[in-house]
Amino acid sequence: MNPLAAIGRGFLTLLATTGRIGLFASAAIGHCVRPPFYPRLILRQFIEIGYYSLPVVGMTTLFSGMVLALQSYTGFARFSAEGAVATVVVLSMTRELAPVLAGLMVAGRVGAAMAAEIGTMRVTEQIDALTTLSTNPFKYLIAPRVIAATISLPILVLIGDIIGVFGGYVVGVYKLDFNAANYISSTIQYLERMDVISGLVKAAVFGFLIALMGCYHGYNSRGGAQGVGAATTNAVVTASIMILVANYVITEMFFAD
Amino acid sequence: MSDTPKLRIRDLKKSFGAKVVLNGIDLDIGAGESVVVIGGSGTGKSVLLKCIIGLMEPDSGTIEIDGENVVGLPRSEREAYMRKFGMLFQGGALFDSLPVWENVAFGLMASKQVDRADARKVAIDKLAQVGLSEDVAALSPSELSGGMQKRVSLARAIATDPEIIFFDEPTTGLDPIMADVINDLIVKCTRELGATGLSITHDMASARKIADRMAMLYQGKIIWAGPVSEIDSSGNDYVDQFIHGRAEGPIQMAVRRG
Repeated sequence: MNPLAAIGRGFLTLLATTGRIGLFASAAIGHCVRPPFYPRLILRQFIEIGYYSLPVVGMTTLFSGMVLALQSYTGFARFSAEGAVATVVVLSMTRELAPVLAGLMVAGRVGAAMAAEIGTMRVTEQIDALTTLSTNPFKYLIAPRVIAATISLPILVLIGDIIGVFGGYVVGVYKLDFNAANYISSTIQYLERMDVISGLVKAAVFGFLIALMGCYHGYNSRGGAQGVGAATTNAVVTASIMILVANYVITEMFFAD
Repeated sequence: MSDTPKLRIRDLKKSFGAKVVLNGIDLDIGAGESVVVIGGSGTGKSVLLKCIIGLMEPDSGTIEIDGENVVGLPRSEREAYMRKFGMLFQGGALFDSLPVWENVAFGLMASKQVDRADARKVAIDKLAQVGLSEDVAALSPSELSGGMQKRVSLARAIATDPEIIFFDEPTTGLDPIMADVINDLIVKCTRELGATGLSITHDMASARKIADRMAMLYQGKIIWAGPVSEIDSSGNDYVDQFIHGRAEGPIQMAVRRG
C-alpha cells in the first residue's frame, strides 16, 4: 500500500470525525437549551455524575494536596523557602490539579459508563424505540447528561479544592510542624479570586467534554458487544486527551498576560 | 379495502454504498389490513421497515400515509406521523432503566401529556390485554423471560392506540408455544384497535397466522404479493422454495446483512 495514501486517508478520517463531533456537539447544545426538558432525568444524572463521584474526587485531591505539601517542602527547603508551601499548595490545587485530576477521574468513571449505557441502548434498538415513541434521543439521553456533567464538575472541583488544601494543611501542620494559624493565613494571603474561578471554568469545560465524548461514542457504536467495548475505550481516551489539551488552551486564555 | 390505501409505497430505493438493499419497492396496505412481508435474512426487510417508520431516509421513492407523502419531510413533521405508529421491536427493545409499567406508558407520557397516575392505569390495562397481571408492572424488564418481554413490548406498541402497528420478526427467539401466544395476541390486539398491521418475518407459521396478505421480498424487490390463501399456489419458484424451506432452489442466500 502507498504510505502517502495511508497518511492522507488517516488525515481525512480525522477531519471527518472532527466535523461529526462538532455537529454532534452543536445538536447536543441546541437540545440542552430548548424545551422539553426532563428534570427527573437531569436530577438522576446529577446524582450519578456528581454525588457518586465525590469519594473518587475527594480521595484524589486529598492525597494530591498531601503529597504536594511534602514535595514542595523538600524542594523549597533547599533554598530556605519553606514558607511558600501553603501558597504553592493552594495555587496548584485550585488552578491546575483539582480540575485536571477530577476531570480525568470522572472521565474514567462517568464517561465510560455513559458510552456503555448509550451504546448498549443503541445495539439493542432502545434508541430506535425512543424515536418511535415520539421522544427525541438527544433530548432524553444526551441533554440531561451534558447539562448534569457541565454543572456538577465545577461543584466537585470546588469541593476538591477545599479537600486538597486540607490535605496540604494536615501534612504541613502535623508532619512538617508549621504553625496552624500561619499556614491558614498564608494559604489565603496570596490567593486571588481568578485562581479559583479559572479552575471552575476549566471544570465546566471538562464536564462538557466528558459527557459529549461519552454520548458521542455510545450513540454511534455499532456491532454488538465488541462495538460497545470499543465505544467505552474511545470515550475515555478521547475525553482524557481533550481535557489535557483544553486545559492548556484555557490556562493560556486566562493567564496569557 | 378503501380507495386510498393506509400506506402506499412506490418505487422505494435505498442503497448503502455500492450495495443496493431496496431496489424499487411497490406495496399497498389497506386500512385495517394485516400484511406480512416475508423474505430471507439480509433481503432488506428491516431496512424497508425502518424507511417506513422514519428511522432511515430512503434514497428515492414515495411513502404515502393516508395519501400524504412523508419522504423528505422535515423531522418535526415526520414526528407527527410517528404518533400514528406503534412498533414491536425484534429484541423487545424495552428500556431497562425503567420498570415495566413506565415502559408501557412511555409513549403516552411522552406525546399526550398524560400524568403519571393516569398513565399507570392505562399501562396496567394494556398489560392485562396481553395477559400480564398487575404484579408485573413494578418489575424491571431484565427480570422477565424472553416471552414476557415480548408481551410487554407488545403492550407498549399498542399503548397509544396507534393506527399502524409494525412488527419486526415478532416470534424470533421464542419457543413454538410462546410464539403462538404472541401471534394470537398480535391478531387480537390489532383487531381490537382496528389497526393496520405490517409485519416482517421469516417464520412461515407466524406469517400464516397474522397475515391477511403476504408479500415476498427478494433482492430488493417485491417478487410476489397476494392473499394468504394463494401462497401455496403462487406458481412462483422463489416463493415455493421459501415457504417450504428448501435449501435447493433459485434463491441465493445473502452473506452480508441488509
